[in-house]
Amino acid sequence: MSPDLPKSDVSSGLNFKETELTLGLPGEIGRGTSSLIQIPGSSSAKLTGTKRGFSQAAMDLNLGRSFSVEHDDSACEQSESENEDLSVAKPPSAKAQILGWPPVRAFRKNVITKSCHLVKVAMDGAPYLRKVDLEMYNSYQQLLSALEEMLISCSTIPTHPTRNYLDEKKLMDPASGVEYVPIYEDKDGDLMLVGDVPWKMFVESCKRLRLIKISEAIGPDPRTPQQSASCTS
Amino acid sequence: MNYFPDEVLEHVFDFVASHRDRNAVSLVCRLWHRVERLSRQRVFVGNCYALSPEILIARFPGLKSLTLKGKPHFADFNLVPHDWGGYVQPWIEALSNSRIGLEELRLKRMVVSDESLELLSRSFANFKSLVLVSCEGFTTVGLAAIAANCRFLRELDLQENEIDDHSGHWLSCFPDSCTSLISLNFALPLETLQNILMRAPQLVDLGTGSYIHDPDSETYNKLKHTILKCKSIRNLSGFLEVAPRCLPAIYPICLNLTSLNLSYAAGIHGSELVKLIRRCAKLQRLWILDCIGDKGLEVVASTCKELQELRVFPSDVLGVGHAAVTENGLVAISAGCPKLHSLLYFCQQMTNAALIVVAKNCPNFIRFRLCILEPTKPDPVTMQPLDDGFGAIVQSCKHLRRLSLSGLLTDRVFLYIGMYAEQLEMLSVAFAGDSDKGMLYVLNGCKKLRKLEIRDCPYGDKALLTDVGKYETMRSLWMSSCEVTLGGCKTLAKEMPRLNVEIINEHDQMEIGSEEQRVEKMYLYRTLVGPRKDAPEFVWTL
Repeated sequence: MSPDLPKSDVSSGLNFKETELTLGLPGEIGRGTSSLIQIPGSSSAKLTGTKRGFSQAAMDLNLGRSFSVEHDDSACEQSESENEDLSVAKPPSAKAQILGWPPVRAFRKNVITKSCHLVKVAMDGAPYLRKVDLEMYNSYQQLLSALEEMLISCSTIPTHPTRNYLDEKKLMDPASGVEYVPIYEDKDGDLMLVGDVPWKMFVESCKRLRLIKISEAIGPDPRTPQQSASCTS
Repeated sequence: MNYFPDEVLEHVFDFVASHRDRNAVSLVCRLWHRVERLSRQRVFVGNCYALSPEILIARFPGLKSLTLKGKPHFADFNLVPHDWGGYVQPWIEALSNSRIGLEELRLKRMVVSDESLELLSRSFANFKSLVLVSCEGFTTVGLAAIAANCRFLRELDLQENEIDDHSGHWLSCFPDSCTSLISLNFALPLETLQNILMRAPQLVDLGTGSYIHDPDSETYNKLKHTILKCKSIRNLSGFLEVAPRCLPAIYPICLNLTSLNLSYAAGIHGSELVKLIRRCAKLQRLWILDCIGDKGLEVVASTCKELQELRVFPSDVLGVGHAAVTENGLVAISAGCPKLHSLLYFCQQMTNAALIVVAKNCPNFIRFRLCILEPTKPDPVTMQPLDDGFGAIVQSCKHLRRLSLSGLLTDRVFLYIGMYAEQLEMLSVAFAGDSDKGMLYVLNGCKKLRKLEIRDCPYGDKALLTDVGKYETMRSLWMSSCEVTLGGCKTLAKEMPRLNVEIINEHDQMEIGSEEQRVEKMYLYRTLVGPRKDAPEFVWTL
């Protein structure tokens, strides 16, 4: 059995319609309304909206606006338009981390987020960047093979698995003969040549990768394709 | 039927397999109750606090297989504090002290200690199968006891448990020849994967753990050759750390795979996933990450015509980026996989139009769980709530038993659910609805409802208290961050003594005696045994 509304609410002329918060963008009416709940037994109508994790978190979330509703009774008389005035503009990108959302088990969250060191890879002349997970590889050789496969070779052209990159960490596009030197940006923001430090140290400090065309790397005296015999099969 | 000897009845009951049907059989008359309970071998206990081990043992002396569930579902998402409960120890102790010849134990969301595992491994000579899903409290020490002592172990299935120690040494405790072993579902480290495969070539289910990075290594080659011999493998999972270039090792068995779990393989690009899946034409069950993309799902739709269950998990679990699948992927799947009946789909967005198409293409859904990553997100095309889309689902899928909602939703969707979802047993609701009416539509309309879990919805005491008798027909109700008050919960507890109404009072938020204060977390369930004695301080049973 549901308790009757306390008389004080009726006498205060509380109009539930007016106190409805909408989830819509300011100005839109009649979309997804969220009415405030009367607490049975309470002597005055309380706005409970803010106590709900929902209204704090969900409304703060990337909806481009947030409603901050006051706790006291005077807030009950606010109309929809006043709610909009109260809204504190939050940047659309500000997303609250809601507890338990998305509903994914902790085990799964740990597995997905751990040991996944994704860095962007940019290649001169390519229209878009790629990403690689540095944790997937154990050595420079493996990384460079993967980069070559991903960025340079077509998937139909077989890459030579035993290419030696120990001395010359360069990549070459067999189709055009263009050579690339892999460089990376480290934690300090400096651009470094790939290969100078031990692999593990590299993985820890690498923030992004870039393959630059060799003419830019070396300067005004680019090597000719023939000199990169070690890169060909 | 009085003139049939018991043995005949028993023989007839042998054909009655499902728990539900057997429960129904036991209600017919005293005779049937007796014959049924004495012959029952498999028992499912959906809430370990609904009864006691003693009651179970007394009623089913022939018990061989027990399934037990502990914590409420939302415990999986950190909404339930540690130490809430769900201990398996009292059950194993009671069973081991009895004459029950337990052969199979399946636990979900329970606290399992090493001590419990050791006791289990020593108590039941014929123990064959251990399944632990989303459990915690044990280490590899307990697992070693199982491996070493359970001579007839056929199945060891460890899914998504919090295990404190991940060393693989315990695996060497398996005997040299595990000819009985047909299922090993957990993350096997590579070194031991090879060993296990050699000892148990008849494996049907296999989990792989740290895979390898270098396709030229000797280990990889050995593994490749061993896998070639394991033609029996039907279920493959794991892949926690796999380099895409090593995936070809699995290609030989792809054709026979009926179940594939790639949902931990965050490092594999969508294109590699697709290459693998193209070879798995017989897949019935696929768990995958959303980095497969809508395009990848189109490949699944065109390749996996036998697909029955699909789960697409978010690769961006912090929820701050963009998910990689949308409504388009789901529509493609629904069009291409006519046998699909179970779905879990995390996506960036969903439209009413898409849901309506999906409902039309797949009227056979039993489980439909949709999670739009951004709460209260409307249909991005029309900016409308998703009421109509979900309404189409419940109207079309007449066998729907489980439903999870998301996106922007008003009371209307609950009206539809109450009207159409006649077989619905479990409903999960988050950030939805406008008023108490929503919850009431569901409580009134869904006659078969067993579990209702609600978070961050505007339902209060009126919704809670309108039909208190309903809760005795259900297993449990969870409400968190809603509008129910302490007073409302107390009223409910007083009127329904056969329910445990538990309030979780973390951080000492609540004061005794203040009836109007909102209850942050409430969990109620029916029980035969009254308030539980192992409740921690922060759990109040009203």
